[in-house]
Amino acid sequence: MNLKQSLSSGSGVSDRIRDWWAGAAWYYRWAIYLLLLLFVLFVLPSEGVKSFMSPETDWVTTLWDPIGLYILLALGLNIVVGQAGLLDLGYVAFFAIGAYSVGVLGGLHGWPFWATVVAALAIAALSGILLGAPTLRLRGDYLAIVTLGFGEIIRIVARNTTAIGDSRGISDLPRPPTMFGLDFNDVLDVKPFYYLVVAMIVVVIVVSVRLNNSRVGRSWAAIREDEDAAELMGVPTFKFKLLAFFIGAMVGGLAGTGQMGGPQGYIQPENFTFILSATILVCVVFGGSGNIPGVILGAFIIAWLPERFRFLDEYRYMLFGAVLVLMMILRPEGLLPSRRRKAELKEGTGGMGAMGAEVAGPGTAASSEVSK
Amino acid sequence: MLNDFINQFWPSTVGGLTVGAIYALIALGYTLVYGVLRLINFAHSEIFMIGTIAALFTVTEIIGLTSPAGGIAMIGVLLLIMVIAMAASGGAAVLLELVAYRPLRKKGASRLAALISAIGASFFLQELFALEVIPRLFDRPEGRNQIGAPRLVERDKVFEIFGATVRLDHIIVIVAAVVMMIALDQFVNRTKVGRGIRATAQDPETAVLMGVNIDNVVRTTFLLGGAMAGVAAVLYLVEFELTVFNVGFVLGVKAFTAAVLGGIGNLRGALLGGFALGLIENWGAIFFGSEWKDVIAFTVLVVILMFRPTGILGESLQQARA
Repeated sequence: MNLKQSLSSGSGVSDRIRDWWAGAAWYYRWAIYLLLLLFVLFVLPSEGVKSFMSPETDWVTTLWDPIGLYILLALGLNIVVGQAGLLDLGYVAFFAIGAYSVGVLGGLHGWPFWATVVAALAIAALSGILLGAPTLRLRGDYLAIVTLGFGEIIRIVARNTTAIGDSRGISDLPRPPTMFGLDFNDVLDVKPFYYLVVAMIVVVIVVSVRLNNSRVGRSWAAIREDEDAAELMGVPTFKFKLLAFFIGAMVGGLAGTGQMGGPQGYIQPENFTFILSATILVCVVFGGSGNIPGVILGAFIIAWLPERFRFLDEYRYMLFGAVLVLMMILRPEGLLPSRRRKAELKEGTGGMGAMGAEVAGPGTAASSEVSK
Repeated sequence: MLNDFINQFWPSTVGGLTVGAIYALIALGYTLVYGVLRLINFAHSEIFMIGTIAALFTVTEIIGLTSPAGGIAMIGVLLLIMVIAMAASGGAAVLLELVAYRPLRKKGASRLAALISAIGASFFLQELFALEVIPRLFDRPEGRNQIGAPRLVERDKVFEIFGATVRLDHIIVIVAAVVMMIALDQFVNRTKVGRGIRATAQDPETAVLMGVNIDNVVRTTFLLGGAMAGVAAVLYLVEFELTVFNVGFVLGVKAFTAAVLGGIGNLRGALLGGFALGLIENWGAIFFGSEWKDVIAFTVLVVILMFRPTGILGESLQQARA
């Protein structure tokens, strides 16, 4: 009932834009895609934008890392958390696995960059399966803690293993070969890496959108809303949850490869702490879990604000914490929510069912007695 | 290898029981809240951290203790800082519930939302202490460094068991933890408030109909869990003699592991799980080296959830009998 209403009746500005978008002709859409891409490639890294967005730091570097990196990771986590509704608190593990695959194969064994990328994707996806297969039968909040533990295990293993450089990490990472006139070997020029990360983001967006609008996306939505009902309706829930983990892990691994090389050219276990997992989760939740433009916006803001306002830097995690709490209380659906997700959260389902010690969600008779 | 194990078995057992007692006390906080609200109180680790800071502040800045007091004075100091840490942690837990969880509960928000709110609160508290509270309380420019605590209990050998030295601090930690747990168990099983907690854990809807005030029950639950974390904080200072703004993170995850190991929602399970995890971790460290302790603990968590997600004793705050 609630769901239907809020899906059909749009009132706000964003709803009107979405209604128009849904009915727009294909050439409008493609024109807008093209404009956006041109904007991202040529206008965004330009001097004029820099003077406003980032007067103090190197803007292209900021665009590449953290902004591009956060967007990529947030899009990957969005598949797991936003689309399939599985809370993963150790997402940084896949990022680390991707980065270390490049580091070990390329840096220590001399593989070329693109070969390590292929290997990194395969290894990250495999580790997603290995983690998911035994744990995805768990209840939602248990899954959260197990993934957190997994993230810590990966980091501690990296720190304690001498063969992969223990706490010193790995340097001398392979760089991508020159392509399209972009030279990745120039230490002072970050732009090629920026274009590389944009290309990765575009690929991930296309994959996410196509998945979301397919049978897979509908199955994820069904699982997210009510796993038991989905199972009864014939959705093989375990298979689709595993698929979400698989794809999410692959995107995490891709982000790991994309971060490599670059100006610093090394990786360390301490790049992959729980704080990063939590920050990426903040990006997804803050922007609008399940909605791709929302997630991109969220990641952009979370990555950019502390860079723009350097005095915030020390206080960023304190603010993140406060934002998370306030967001859950005031606007749990995020800045730019997907409509379906918003409706779910209103009904108090959105993933794992309501909290205990609360008789029912709002809108049922019993709850009014308790909340007095 | 095997020889190492035999030589170090008893010393590791003593160490494992000591750290296990601390895990168990923290695990009680997770178990109580989970039993009543079905919520992983992710910020419980910060409740523990607040306890260590409050106790340490009392010891160094108010009492000005530098070397361990002897005899009765030592007991007095320990009891005093325990009361203060319990008050600080319990108060913080109640405040946390009021600010971060109650509004969500009133809205009937999803458990996912509540968990994310808990993570947010955890971040906020850690950073608040690192940036503002610790520098001011202890008058140091950098709040992220470890703060050493003075020795609270003389490390005198009390007796020896199979070649393992049992020191006074080991005994104090284990005895204090077990006494607090028995007290809590009796409170939950014998008092009227305890009955309310058990009723709510069993069936909130019926509990309301029977006249249980859910808000009071939830507040009491957080207060009890926080107070236990306060005791754990003092015992942690006795044993490890340091604290830091994120001291709770790894300890919290391990305590949660202990709660799950024993059966989350089950008070006696938390005791059993805490000791079991402490022992497994320390015995495992003989084989793999102590830098792998955390990995051992997390692996135990994953394996338990895979094969027996309800823990050793099962999940039942409502029955609360082992």
